[in-house]
Amino acid sequence: MMSRLATASAALAATLIIALAPLSHAADAVPTAQDPVSASRAVKLAEKLRCLVCQNQSIAESNAELALDLRRQINEQIAAGKTDQQIVDYMVARYGEFVLYQPPFRTTTLLLWLGPGLLVLGGFVILARTLRARPRIAGASSLSDADRERAARLLAGDADGRNS
Amino acid sequence: MTRFVVPLAVFVVIVGFLLIGLGRDPREVPSPLIDKPAPVFSLAQLDQPSKTLGTADLKGQVWLLNVWASWCVSCRDEHPLLVELARAKIVPIIGLNYKDEPQAGLGWLGRFGNPYTTSVIDRDGRVGIDWGVYGVPETFVIDKQGTVRYKQIGPVTAEVLEKKILPLVRELQKS
Repeated sequence: MMSRLATASAALAATLIIALAPLSHAADAVPTAQDPVSASRAVKLAEKLRCLVCQNQSIAESNAELALDLRRQINEQIAAGKTDQQIVDYMVARYGEFVLYQPPFRTTTLLLWLGPGLLVLGGFVILARTLRARPRIAGASSLSDADRERAARLLAGDADGRNS
Repeated sequence: MTRFVVPLAVFVVIVGFLLIGLGRDPREVPSPLIDKPAPVFSLAQLDQPSKTLGTADLKGQVWLLNVWASWCVSCRDEHPLLVELARAKIVPIIGLNYKDEPQAGLGWLGRFGNPYTTSVIDRDGRVGIDWGVYGVPETFVIDKQGTVRYKQIGPVTAEVLEKKILPLVRELQKS
């Protein structure tokens, strides 16, 4: 009995460690910075930039070596008095627009930006056309006069719908 | 009839896009450095740290920059090819020893052979960042004017060397 309890509590502890691990990782992303204003600027910038090693993470989230180096670059450039735009331009000049999580609006990214809107619009067009076609579908399956009469009788309470 | 044709056409188009997507490597990000001036560096040499080598010293010739490290496993894949290329003395290969211990780097060259005209030390990876390095090994072709003309991300293969890098180097050496 005791050993089972021990196993259960060990399992619980392991679960907690696994569940809380991401939190300790999140703390890693906080730069070793300076004043709180620069620190929050650094984090905001790092969140806007994609890590090229693990491409679905920002450089704020990633623990790849390169992400660490790029976070250091951001901190140094903020300390050197660079503006956010200058720092973003610095990254784009080296790694291309791919590093931006929010790609700029231009002809090559037109479909990317407008695509979802076009899909919704197309959905509405199809919906409208289907709805307009509906009365015709309903009309096609309408009842004959005899059926109507029988329905009316049924509704009036004549259980078998036959003439008495 | 259109009830079936339209969804089928949409389906075929989507499948077409997905098929194209399957054949592409998402890790290969086009470099913004192509046809731009090579980022300037001047770094200590791996075998003689008191001496430096920089982009300025390499002006006027076509050269390759190969980013490598002793901790980089796939660097070993391309290494025999680079050694062979160096033996043919077609083009100088400059090594950028990226985020490595110089001793470990020297040991690695001793074990696997040294194809590099010179290797320079980029201990903290700053020059790597300037060159947009994110996946070692990477190889750049730089022309006589100091412009980056080609970037290979990941190991150089025999095919890439024969079909892309060498023809480009020969063409650039003529001009």
